[in-house]
Amino acid sequence: MEWLNAIVQGTLLGGLYALFAAGLSLIFGVMRLVNIAHGDLIVLAAYLGLTVTTATGMHPMAALVIVVPAMALIGYALQRGLLNQTLGDDILPPLLVTFGLSVIIQNGLLEVYTADPQTLNAGALETASVAVGGVSLGILPLLTFGIAIAVIWGLQWTFYHTALGRAFRAVSDNQDIAQLMGLNRRHIFGLAMALALGVTAIAGILLGIRTSFDPSIGGGRLIFGFEAVIIGGLGNLWGTLVGGVILGVAQTIGAKIDPGWQVLAGHIAFLVILAVRPNGLFPRVSG
Amino acid sequence: MTRTFKTATRRGFIAGATAAIAAPAILRATRAYAANPTLRIGNVSPRTGPLAGFAEADEYVLQAIQQVFSAGLDNNGKTWNVEIISKDSQSNPNRAAEVAADLILGDEVDIIVAASTPDTVNPVADQAEINEVPCITTDCPWQPYFFGRNGVPGEGFETTYHFFWGLEDVIAAFLDMWDKTGVAKTVGGLFPNDADGNAWGDAELGLPKPLAAAGYTLTDPGRYQPLSDDFSNQIAAFKAAGCEIVTGNMIPPDFATFWSQAAQQGFNPKVVTIGKALLFPSVIESLGDRGDGLSTEVWWSPHHPFSSSLTGISSKQLAEGYTAESGRPWTQPLGFKHALFEVVADVIKRADDLEDPSSIISAITSTNLNTIVGPVNWGDGPMNNVTKTPLVGGQWQKSGDAYELQIVANSTAPEVPVTADMKLLG
Repeated sequence: MEWLNAIVQGTLLGGLYALFAAGLSLIFGVMRLVNIAHGDLIVLAAYLGLTVTTATGMHPMAALVIVVPAMALIGYALQRGLLNQTLGDDILPPLLVTFGLSVIIQNGLLEVYTADPQTLNAGALETASVAVGGVSLGILPLLTFGIAIAVIWGLQWTFYHTALGRAFRAVSDNQDIAQLMGLNRRHIFGLAMALALGVTAIAGILLGIRTSFDPSIGGGRLIFGFEAVIIGGLGNLWGTLVGGVILGVAQTIGAKIDPGWQVLAGHIAFLVILAVRPNGLFPRVSG
Repeated sequence: MTRTFKTATRRGFIAGATAAIAAPAILRATRAYAANPTLRIGNVSPRTGPLAGFAEADEYVLQAIQQVFSAGLDNNGKTWNVEIISKDSQSNPNRAAEVAADLILGDEVDIIVAASTPDTVNPVADQAEINEVPCITTDCPWQPYFFGRNGVPGEGFETTYHFFWGLEDVIAAFLDMWDKTGVAKTVGGLFPNDADGNAWGDAELGLPKPLAAAGYTLTDPGRYQPLSDDFSNQIAAFKAAGCEIVTGNMIPPDFATFWSQAAQQGFNPKVVTIGKALLFPSVIESLGDRGDGLSTEVWWSPHHPFSSSLTGISSKQLAEGYTAESGRPWTQPLGFKHALFEVVADVIKRADDLEDPSSIISAITSTNLNTIVGPVNWGDGPMNNVTKTPLVGGQWQKSGDAYELQIVANSTAPEVPVTADMKLLG
């Protein structure tokens, strides 16, 4: 029963990791951009949620209505204004620029919101739970997992059943030819970043309800997102969900043996998969 | 393409070498014997980063201190100007060591001070020790300070001194609180894999031994990695052991994760006493209604019956002054930051020869001062270079809309008055 509990809790944790990772996976899939500032953008979204909830008294989940479009706008502006200038054959400039962005976001948040830990107050949702077969499951983790599945299904559907998705796939396959065919890749990249940051907004709000956050915690979250993306296979969204779940389960099982092994077990699972299948479990694009 | 090298000539070499040898004789820094000599104090604290909460009162304290120091301090009938140079450790131990070295070698400070957790205090003290600069630190339990720097009991350190409390005090204060509640003596421990967590959970020097001696059984699942996203295994272990008390040393995000997961998974302890995470009012506020009744150690509060040796204000006045100036509730590091400069001022006044570091150090060792956080006297410390200030147990209780840290157990320091009764959670 205790093992079952560890596995179930780990699976639910995987949902959160998948949400952290979905935006990364999307951006990498479309424009081969490794976004080092992703973790800080999650924290930025949590702070936007905090501002909205304290200003209007809304429930954090309702605040998504404002925060998701706001983050999407930020994403589009960021891509068109900054990141598009750095994209090219060399992957180093965007890497460095997003690294700098990460530092700027952290210190900006520190300046505006101070170092006080904050949480998004979601009332009863924070602590509610249901008992299923002797295992007590929090409503919030269940909701997070459900949202993760819905988000990934939604992204997948967008990718394969809409004109926008076709544009994403086209620029992903070959930027220059897509451009020749009349797609404005700068605009497409902007939309991809907007979509990715919209997902990031959801991740940020859920993170803010689950635990307390301060400006410095973003970086620590980034690594799990990266690992989930790599385990699942670059550019494969369902793979990212599987990657998140594998990471979450490895962590809780490691913690079951000894809490000191929690993070280590996740990293080991990542390394083993990387050693056996260097492109991840379900790769869609090659490096 | 040809390159021409300037060949070294005998004359050129001799001129250069002579200049190099003679330079130190001319360039040696000499003190300007103008009106008043100046003493420089280096101050390292985590102004930014995750530990910034510890240093949020720095500006307020330094402003008041600088006002006192602006008239200069008397030493053997001579007035000394005192200059305080503050640097930010960015909550990073490597950065703390870097700025400490900068202060010592670049600014040539005469005394260096630091406060706030082993991550700030230890690297600064280590730099001071290597460079033989007098160093006074506080706001870090003495075990991580002493053993974390590989101190040898009986030998200690040459130039670095520390005042705060130790794990034995925190354990005594915690036990004092728990004894009053009459709950079952089963305790769950949450210790992270960091300097504090390892010291608290250490089988020999940490909580396990004294808890066992007092009749408590401790369930310690092991060290977890800080910034953990999941505590379900710890919660399962505590539930299985029937723990009614939870204790440990955590950072605020980890505690928030644990606390909401505990509720989700139906674990409702009656007493939760955590070090570090629950020190600050902002953290308790962020927990909403679920912050009510959490308990922690209290190193300083407006109720402490001490006053400043420098400005004469009482603990209450210092706290109220800070709240009035900043609009924020008082925090515990406020008193210690003030006390740190009280000790520095006292040392400056008493040293035989401020030009001589060893004379400053002997003034530090002979300190016997009643500060705003209690008596500081390195003559009666538990270990070389370390002395202790009183510690009591406190609980966050909601009064109206705001939380107040009430002192609920004081048998460790009876001079600090109890302000409320300990309540059970839930």
